[in-house]
Amino acid sequence: MTEPQPQAATAAMPADDSTRILYCRCAYAQVVPAAVKDAVLEGLAAAGRGFEMVPDLCEMAARRDPHLAELARGDRPLRIFACWPRAVQGLFALADAPLPKQGVEILNMRTDTAEAVLAGGLAVPDGARS
Amino acid sequence: MIAEALLPPRVVVYEGAGATPLPATDRASIFAALLDRGYAVTRAGAAAADLQAGGAMIVIGCFSDGPPVVGDASGRCDVTIRDVTGLSVGETVAAVEEARGERRMNRPPEASAVANGPIANTAETWKPWFPVIDTARCTNCMQCLSFCLFDVYGVATDHTLRVENPANCKVNCPACSRVCPEVAIMFPKYHAGPIDGGPVAESDIHREKMKVDISALLGGDIYAKLRERSADAKTRFSKERSADQALAERRRCLTKLADAAQIPREVLDALPSPEEIQRRVEAAAARASAAKEAAGAADAGGTA
Repeated sequence: MTEPQPQAATAAMPADDSTRILYCRCAYAQVVPAAVKDAVLEGLAAAGRGFEMVPDLCEMAARRDPHLAELARGDRPLRIFACWPRAVQGLFALADAPLPKQGVEILNMRTDTAEAVLAGGLAVPDGARS
Repeated sequence: MIAEALLPPRVVVYEGAGATPLPATDRASIFAALLDRGYAVTRAGAAAADLQAGGAMIVIGCFSDGPPVVGDASGRCDVTIRDVTGLSVGETVAAVEEARGERRMNRPPEASAVANGPIANTAETWKPWFPVIDTARCTNCMQCLSFCLFDVYGVATDHTLRVENPANCKVNCPACSRVCPEVAIMFPKYHAGPIDGGPVAESDIHREKMKVDISALLGGDIYAKLRERSADAKTRFSKERSADQALAERRRCLTKLADAAQIPREVLDALPSPEEIQRRVEAAAARASAAKEAAGAADAGGTA
Protein backbone atom coordinates (compact mmCIF):
# COMPACT_ATOMS: atom_id res chain seq x y z
CA MET A 1 0.00 0.00 0.00
CA THR A 2 1.34 3.40 -0.91
CA GLU A 3 1.45 5.80 1.99
CA PRO A 4 0.41 9.40 1.51
CA GLN A 5 3.31 11.66 0.60
CA PRO A 6 3.76 15.40 1.03
CA GLN A 7 2.21 17.13 -1.89
CA ALA A 8 3.36 19.78 -4.25
CA ALA A 9 1.77 22.96 -2.99
CA THR A 10 -1.50 24.30 -4.10
CA ALA A 11 -3.23 27.20 -2.49
CA ALA A 12 -4.94 24.80 -0.11
CA MET A 13 -2.85 25.43 2.99
CA PRO A 14 -2.99 28.83 4.61
CA ALA A 15 0.33 30.64 4.84
CA ASP A 16 -0.58 32.49 8.00
CA ASP A 17 1.86 32.85 10.88
CA SER A 18 1.30 29.28 12.03
CA THR A 19 2.86 27.97 8.82
CA ARG A 20 6.63 27.69 8.84
CA ILE A 21 8.35 28.63 5.62
CA LEU A 22 11.67 27.18 4.44
CA TYR A 23 13.51 28.54 1.41
CA CYS A 24 16.38 26.66 -0.26
CA ARG A 25 18.89 28.76 -2.20
CA CYS A 26 20.44 25.83 -4.11
CA ALA A 27 23.74 27.68 -3.74
CA TYR A 28 26.09 24.74 -4.25
CA ALA A 29 25.10 23.78 -7.78
CA GLN A 30 22.41 26.23 -8.78
CA VAL A 31 20.10 23.99 -10.71
CA VAL A 32 17.26 26.30 -9.73
CA PRO A 33 17.07 29.23 -12.17
CA ALA A 34 18.66 32.31 -10.59
CA ALA A 35 15.90 34.63 -11.74
CA VAL A 36 13.24 32.47 -10.11
CA LYS A 37 14.98 31.95 -6.80
CA ASP A 38 15.89 35.66 -6.58
CA ALA A 39 12.34 36.76 -7.30
CA VAL A 40 10.91 34.28 -4.81
CA LEU A 41 13.34 35.44 -2.14
CA GLU A 42 12.36 39.04 -2.76
CA GLY A 43 8.70 38.09 -2.48
CA LEU A 44 9.24 36.28 0.80
CA ALA A 45 11.39 39.08 2.19
CA ALA A 46 8.66 41.57 1.39
CA ALA A 47 5.92 39.45 2.90
CA GLY A 48 6.51 40.76 6.40
CA ARG A 49 6.78 37.45 8.19
CA GLY A 50 9.46 35.27 9.67
CA PHE A 51 10.92 32.42 7.65
CA GLU A 52 13.92 30.11 7.42
CA MET A 53 16.49 30.11 4.63
CA VAL A 54 19.19 27.53 3.94
CA PRO A 55 22.01 27.69 1.41
CA ASP A 56 21.40 24.22 -0.01
CA LEU A 57 19.23 21.36 1.22
CA CYS A 58 21.46 18.86 -0.60
CA GLU A 59 24.56 20.03 1.26
CA MET A 60 22.69 19.94 4.56
CA ALA A 61 21.38 16.44 3.91
CA ALA A 62 24.87 15.20 3.10
CA ARG A 63 26.03 16.54 6.48
CA ARG A 64 22.89 15.16 8.14
CA ASP A 65 22.46 18.61 9.61
CA PRO A 66 20.32 18.40 12.78
CA HIS A 67 18.47 21.53 11.69
CA LEU A 68 16.65 19.37 9.13
CA ALA A 69 15.31 17.19 11.92
CA GLU A 70 14.06 20.31 13.74
CA LEU A 71 12.22 21.41 10.63
CA ALA A 72 10.71 17.99 10.01
CA ARG A 73 9.74 17.52 13.63
CA GLY A 74 7.81 20.75 14.04
CA ASP A 75 4.20 20.60 15.09
CA ARG A 76 3.18 23.39 12.72
CA PRO A 77 2.58 23.11 8.96
CA LEU A 78 5.69 23.49 6.84
CA ARG A 79 5.92 24.97 3.38
CA ILE A 80 9.18 24.37 1.51
CA PHE A 81 10.33 26.50 -1.42
CA ALA A 82 12.86 24.29 -3.18
CA CYS A 83 12.71 21.94 -6.16
CA TRP A 84 11.09 18.63 -7.03
CA PRO A 85 8.98 17.28 -4.14
CA ARG A 86 10.33 13.75 -4.64
CA ALA A 87 13.89 15.00 -4.27
CA VAL A 88 13.13 17.16 -1.24
CA GLN A 89 11.40 14.28 0.53
CA GLY A 90 14.34 12.03 -0.25
CA LEU A 91 16.86 14.56 1.07
CA PHE A 92 15.09 14.84 4.43
CA ALA A 93 14.86 11.04 4.65
CA LEU A 94 18.55 10.71 3.84
CA ALA A 95 19.30 13.05 6.75
CA ASP A 96 17.32 10.76 9.07
CA ALA A 97 14.67 13.47 9.29
CA PRO A 98 11.73 12.19 7.22
CA LEU A 99 9.05 14.74 6.53
CA PRO A 100 5.70 14.06 8.12
CA LYS A 101 3.00 12.68 5.86
CA GLN A 102 0.65 15.56 6.61
CA GLY A 103 1.13 19.29 6.86
CA VAL A 104 4.03 19.65 4.43
CA GLU A 105 3.83 21.31 1.03
CA ILE A 106 6.71 21.64 -1.42
CA LEU A 107 6.91 24.34 -4.07
CA ASN A 108 9.06 23.73 -7.10
CA MET A 109 11.23 26.71 -8.06
CA ARG A 110 13.03 24.51 -10.58
CA THR A 111 10.16 24.34 -13.01
CA ASP A 112 7.54 26.85 -11.93
CA THR A 113 7.61 30.59 -12.37
CA ALA A 114 8.30 32.87 -9.41
CA GLU A 115 4.80 34.26 -9.70
CA ALA A 116 3.22 30.82 -9.52
CA VAL A 117 5.44 29.76 -6.64
CA LEU A 118 4.69 32.87 -4.62
CA ALA A 119 1.01 32.73 -5.43
CA GLY A 120 0.82 29.20 -4.11
CA GLY A 121 3.27 29.66 -1.28
CA LEU A 122 1.96 32.83 0.26
CA ALA A 123 -1.70 32.34 -0.44
CA VAL A 124 -3.97 32.92 2.49
CA PRO A 125 -7.54 31.69 2.25
CA ASP A 126 -10.21 34.36 2.53
CA GLY A 127 -11.26 33.07 5.91
CA ALA A 128 -7.76 33.61 7.30
CA ARG A 129 -7.48 37.24 6.23
CA SER A 130 -7.91 39.84 8.88
CA MET B 1 34.72 17.17 0.46
CA ILE B 2 32.08 17.66 3.13
CA ALA B 3 33.07 18.61 6.60
CA GLU B 4 30.35 16.60 8.26
CA ALA B 5 30.99 17.87 11.77
CA LEU B 6 30.81 21.52 10.85
CA LEU B 7 27.51 23.25 11.44
CA PRO B 8 27.45 26.55 9.59
CA PRO B 9 26.68 29.50 11.84
CA ARG B 10 23.09 30.56 11.61
CA VAL B 11 22.41 34.24 11.03
CA VAL B 12 19.25 35.53 12.67
CA VAL B 13 17.98 38.75 11.13
CA TYR B 14 15.95 40.29 13.92
CA GLU B 15 13.30 42.84 13.02
CA GLY B 16 10.98 42.49 16.02
CA ALA B 17 10.34 44.71 19.01
CA GLY B 18 13.25 46.98 19.85
CA ALA B 19 14.64 46.91 16.33
CA THR B 20 14.08 48.97 13.22
CA PRO B 21 13.35 46.84 10.14
CA LEU B 22 16.16 46.51 7.62
CA PRO B 23 15.78 48.81 4.61
CA ALA B 24 13.25 47.12 2.34
CA THR B 25 15.49 47.66 -0.66
CA ASP B 26 18.38 45.77 0.98
CA ARG B 27 16.63 42.97 2.84
CA ALA B 28 16.46 40.36 0.06
CA SER B 29 19.98 41.27 -1.11
CA ILE B 30 21.35 40.69 2.39
CA PHE B 31 19.58 37.34 2.61
CA ALA B 32 20.89 36.27 -0.81
CA ALA B 33 24.46 37.36 -0.08
CA LEU B 34 24.55 35.44 3.20
CA LEU B 35 23.02 32.31 1.66
CA ASP B 36 25.46 32.42 -1.24
CA ARG B 37 28.29 32.39 1.31
CA GLY B 38 26.92 29.29 3.00
CA TYR B 39 25.09 30.74 5.99
CA ALA B 40 21.69 29.51 7.11
CA VAL B 41 19.49 32.53 7.74
CA THR B 42 16.42 33.05 9.88
CA ARG B 43 14.28 36.09 9.54
CA ALA B 44 12.81 36.51 12.98
CA GLY B 45 9.95 38.75 13.89
CA ALA B 46 8.35 38.62 17.27
CA ALA B 47 9.02 34.92 17.75
CA ALA B 48 12.27 33.80 19.31
CA ALA B 49 14.62 31.90 17.06
CA ASP B 50 14.77 28.17 17.62
CA LEU B 51 18.03 27.30 19.33
CA GLN B 52 17.53 23.55 19.52
CA ALA B 53 20.20 22.64 17.04
CA GLY B 54 22.89 24.35 19.04
CA GLY B 55 25.99 25.65 17.29
CA ALA B 56 26.78 29.27 16.60
CA MET B 57 24.27 32.01 16.03
CA ILE B 58 24.93 35.52 14.81
CA VAL B 59 22.06 37.93 15.45
CA ILE B 60 21.97 41.04 13.30
CA GLY B 61 19.52 43.91 13.33
CA CYS B 62 19.11 47.65 13.43
CA PHE B 63 18.92 48.09 17.17
CA SER B 64 17.74 51.62 17.75
CA ASP B 65 18.15 51.33 21.53
CA GLY B 66 21.42 49.43 21.36
CA PRO B 67 21.99 45.69 20.97
CA PRO B 68 19.69 43.56 23.10
CA VAL B 69 20.93 41.17 25.71
CA VAL B 70 20.44 37.70 24.32
CA GLY B 71 21.34 34.42 25.91
CA ASP B 72 20.76 30.74 25.47
CA ALA B 73 19.66 29.24 28.76
CA SER B 74 20.58 25.76 27.59
CA GLY B 75 24.17 26.83 27.02
CA ARG B 76 24.20 24.93 23.71
CA CYS B 77 24.30 27.95 21.47
CA ASP B 78 27.06 30.52 21.09
CA VAL B 79 25.29 33.81 20.37
CA THR B 80 26.96 36.89 18.89
CA ILE B 81 25.12 40.15 18.20
CA ARG B 82 25.94 42.80 15.63
CA ASP B 83 24.16 46.10 15.10
CA VAL B 84 24.03 46.74 11.34
CA THR B 85 22.28 50.11 11.46
CA GLY B 86 23.27 52.18 8.46
CA LEU B 87 25.45 49.49 6.89
CA SER B 88 25.28 48.64 3.20
CA VAL B 89 24.66 45.08 2.00
CA GLY B 90 28.39 44.44 1.63
CA GLU B 91 29.18 45.95 5.00
CA THR B 92 26.47 43.86 6.65
CA VAL B 93 27.91 40.69 5.17
CA ALA B 94 31.38 41.77 6.27
CA ALA B 95 30.07 42.28 9.80
CA VAL B 96 28.72 38.74 9.81
CA GLU B 97 32.00 37.35 8.49
CA GLU B 98 33.88 39.22 11.19
CA ALA B 99 31.51 37.87 13.84
CA ARG B 100 32.06 34.32 12.55
CA GLY B 101 35.71 34.68 13.33
CA GLU B 102 37.77 31.54 12.91
CA ARG B 103 34.86 29.12 12.82
CA ARG B 104 35.19 26.88 9.74
CA MET B 105 32.25 26.31 7.42
CA ASN B 106 31.52 24.91 3.99
CA ARG B 107 31.31 27.46 1.19
CA PRO B 108 29.28 27.30 -2.01
CA PRO B 109 31.29 27.89 -5.17
CA GLU B 110 31.09 31.24 -6.89
CA ALA B 111 28.16 31.45 -9.28
CA SER B 112 30.57 32.14 -12.14
CA ALA B 113 32.43 28.89 -11.40
CA VAL B 114 29.19 26.94 -11.62
CA ALA B 115 28.24 28.58 -14.87
CA ASN B 116 31.60 27.77 -16.42
CA GLY B 117 31.37 24.02 -16.12
CA PRO B 118 31.68 21.03 -13.80
CA ILE B 119 32.83 21.74 -10.29
CA ALA B 120 35.77 19.76 -8.97
CA ASN B 121 35.11 17.78 -5.84
CA THR B 122 37.57 19.53 -3.58
CA ALA B 123 37.49 20.74 -0.02
CA GLU B 124 36.93 24.29 -1.20
CA THR B 125 34.15 23.71 -3.71
CA TRP B 126 32.20 20.59 -3.06
CA LYS B 127 29.21 19.95 -5.25
CA PRO B 128 26.65 18.05 -3.17
CA TRP B 129 26.42 15.10 -5.50
CA PHE B 130 25.14 11.83 -4.13
CA PRO B 131 22.21 9.47 -4.66
CA VAL B 132 18.91 10.16 -2.96
CA ILE B 133 16.50 7.27 -2.61
CA ASP B 134 12.82 7.59 -3.42
CA THR B 135 11.61 5.24 -0.71
CA ALA B 136 8.16 5.11 -2.25
CA ARG B 137 9.68 3.43 -5.31
CA CYS B 138 12.64 1.54 -3.89
CA THR B 139 12.09 -2.19 -3.47
CA ASN B 140 15.40 -2.80 -1.68
CA CYS B 141 16.60 -5.06 -4.45
CA MET B 142 20.13 -3.90 -3.58
CA GLN B 143 21.26 -3.78 -7.20
CA CYS B 144 22.74 -0.34 -6.60
CA LEU B 145 24.63 -1.59 -3.56
CA SER B 146 26.04 -4.40 -5.66
CA PHE B 147 26.92 -2.04 -8.46
CA CYS B 148 28.64 0.82 -6.63
CA LEU B 149 32.37 0.35 -6.19
CA PHE B 150 32.77 3.25 -3.81
CA ASP B 151 30.80 2.11 -0.74
CA VAL B 152 28.24 4.87 -1.11
CA TYR B 153 25.42 2.50 -0.21
CA GLY B 154 24.86 0.53 2.95
CA VAL B 155 22.11 -1.27 4.77
CA ALA B 156 20.08 0.26 7.59
CA THR B 157 19.26 -1.61 10.77
CA ASP B 158 15.83 -2.41 9.35
CA HIS B 159 17.58 -4.10 6.37
CA THR B 160 16.58 -1.39 3.92
CA LEU B 161 18.88 0.40 1.52
CA ARG B 162 20.68 3.43 2.95
CA VAL B 163 22.97 6.07 1.46
CA GLU B 164 25.73 5.58 3.96
CA ASN B 165 28.67 7.55 2.59
CA PRO B 166 27.38 10.32 0.31
CA ALA B 167 30.81 11.97 0.19
CA ASN B 168 32.23 8.86 -1.51
CA CYS B 169 30.08 9.44 -4.58
CA LYS B 170 31.81 10.56 -7.77
CA VAL B 171 30.63 14.00 -8.82
CA ASN B 172 28.45 14.04 -11.95
CA CYS B 173 28.29 10.23 -12.16
CA PRO B 174 24.66 9.02 -12.27
CA ALA B 175 25.59 5.44 -13.15
CA CYS B 176 23.84 3.74 -10.23
CA SER B 177 20.58 5.42 -11.15
CA ARG B 178 20.89 3.57 -14.45
CA VAL B 179 20.99 0.20 -12.79
CA CYS B 180 17.89 0.83 -10.68
CA PRO B 181 14.98 -1.06 -12.23
CA GLU B 182 12.46 1.12 -10.40
CA VAL B 183 13.93 4.56 -11.25
CA ALA B 184 14.15 5.11 -7.50
CA ILE B 185 17.58 6.73 -7.41
CA MET B 186 17.71 10.49 -7.80
CA PHE B 187 20.55 12.94 -8.11
CA PRO B 188 18.92 16.30 -7.34
CA LYS B 189 21.76 18.23 -9.00
CA TYR B 190 21.40 16.26 -12.25
CA HIS B 191 20.29 18.26 -15.27
CA ALA B 192 17.28 16.25 -16.35
CA GLY B 193 14.40 14.14 -15.18
CA PRO B 194 13.53 11.77 -13.82
CA ILE B 195 17.02 11.41 -12.32
CA ASP B 196 16.82 14.97 -10.98
CA GLY B 197 13.77 14.00 -8.94
CA GLY B 198 11.18 14.91 -11.52
CA PRO B 199 8.08 12.82 -12.05
CA VAL B 200 8.55 9.29 -13.33
CA ALA B 201 6.42 8.36 -16.30
CA GLU B 202 5.73 4.84 -17.48
CA SER B 203 7.84 5.55 -20.54
CA ASP B 204 10.73 6.55 -18.25
CA ILE B 205 10.64 3.16 -16.59
CA HIS B 206 10.97 1.38 -19.91
CA ARG B 207 13.64 3.77 -21.14
CA GLU B 208 15.63 3.56 -17.92
CA LYS B 209 15.45 -0.20 -18.00
CA MET B 210 16.93 -0.14 -21.47
CA LYS B 211 19.71 2.17 -20.35
CA VAL B 212 20.27 0.19 -17.26
CA ASP B 213 20.89 -2.97 -18.95
CA ILE B 214 24.48 -1.98 -19.27
CA SER B 215 25.27 -5.63 -19.59
CA ALA B 216 23.41 -5.70 -22.83
CA LEU B 217 25.08 -2.53 -24.00
CA LEU B 218 28.48 -4.05 -23.50
CA GLY B 219 27.61 -7.62 -24.26
CA GLY B 220 27.99 -8.90 -20.72
CA ASP B 221 28.52 -7.94 -17.12
CA ILE B 222 30.05 -4.49 -16.96
CA TYR B 223 32.87 -5.39 -14.63
CA ALA B 224 33.52 -8.70 -16.31
CA LYS B 225 33.77 -6.81 -19.57
CA LEU B 226 36.27 -4.39 -18.12
CA ARG B 227 38.34 -7.25 -16.75
CA GLU B 228 38.16 -9.01 -20.07
CA ARG B 229 39.25 -5.92 -21.92
CA SER B 230 42.07 -5.40 -19.50
CA ALA B 231 43.21 -9.00 -19.86
CA ASP B 232 43.05 -8.74 -23.63
CA ALA B 233 45.07 -5.57 -23.52
CA LYS B 234 47.66 -7.20 -21.30
CA THR B 235 47.91 -10.14 -23.67
CA ARG B 236 48.33 -7.89 -26.64
CA PHE B 237 50.85 -5.83 -24.75
CA SER B 238 52.90 -8.91 -23.93
CA LYS B 239 52.76 -10.09 -27.54
CA GLU B 240 53.19 -6.82 -29.30
CA ARG B 241 55.11 -4.84 -26.69
CA SER B 242 52.93 -1.89 -27.54
CA ALA B 243 51.93 0.13 -24.54
CA ASP B 244 50.33 2.71 -26.80
CA GLN B 245 48.11 0.14 -28.39
CA ALA B 246 47.01 -1.24 -25.03
CA LEU B 247 46.24 2.22 -23.81
CA ALA B 248 44.29 3.01 -26.93
CA GLU B 249 42.26 -0.14 -26.46
CA ARG B 250 41.49 0.74 -22.88
CA ARG B 251 40.45 4.22 -23.92
CA ARG B 252 38.20 2.86 -26.64
CA CYS B 253 36.46 0.60 -24.16
CA LEU B 254 36.05 3.29 -21.56
CA THR B 255 34.77 5.81 -24.06
CA LYS B 256 32.10 3.38 -25.15
CA LEU B 257 31.13 2.75 -21.56
CA ALA B 258 31.10 6.44 -20.70
CA ASP B 259 28.84 7.22 -23.62
CA ALA B 260 26.48 4.37 -22.91
CA ALA B 261 25.93 5.04 -19.24
CA GLN B 262 26.78 8.75 -19.09
CA ILE B 263 29.60 8.04 -16.67
CA PRO B 264 32.19 10.81 -16.49
CA ARG B 265 35.53 9.78 -17.95
CA GLU B 266 37.28 10.81 -14.75
CA VAL B 267 35.33 8.18 -12.86
CA LEU B 268 36.29 5.44 -15.27
CA ASP B 269 39.88 6.57 -15.38
CA ALA B 270 39.96 6.38 -11.59
CA LEU B 271 38.73 2.80 -11.44
CA PRO B 272 41.06 0.50 -9.53
CA SER B 273 42.77 -2.53 -10.98
CA PRO B 274 40.60 -5.35 -12.33
CA GLU B 275 41.57 -7.46 -9.33
CA GLU B 276 40.47 -4.74 -6.92
CA ILE B 277 37.24 -4.23 -8.88
CA GLN B 278 36.59 -7.94 -8.58
CA ARG B 279 37.19 -7.85 -4.84
CA ARG B 280 34.88 -4.89 -4.34
CA VAL B 281 32.16 -6.34 -6.53
CA GLU B 282 32.21 -9.56 -4.55
CA ALA B 283 32.16 -7.70 -1.23
CA ALA B 284 29.25 -5.51 -2.32
CA ALA B 285 27.35 -8.48 -3.69
CA ALA B 286 27.83 -10.31 -0.40
CA ARG B 287 26.50 -7.32 1.55
CA ALA B 288 23.50 -7.04 -0.74
CA SER B 289 22.79 -10.73 -0.49
CA ALA B 290 23.08 -10.70 3.30
CA ALA B 291 20.73 -7.71 3.52
CA LYS B 292 18.13 -9.39 1.36
CA GLU B 293 18.37 -12.61 3.36
CA ALA B 294 18.02 -10.69 6.63
CA ALA B 295 15.04 -8.78 5.28
CA GLY B 296 13.47 -12.04 4.14
CA ALA B 297 14.04 -13.62 7.53
CA ALA B 298 12.55 -10.60 9.26
CA ASP B 299 9.49 -10.76 7.01
CA ALA B 300 9.08 -14.47 7.67
CA GLY B 301 9.39 -13.89 11.41
CA GLY B 302 6.82 -11.14 11.25
CA THR B 303 4.29 -13.25 9.41
CA ALA B 304 4.84 -16.49 11.39
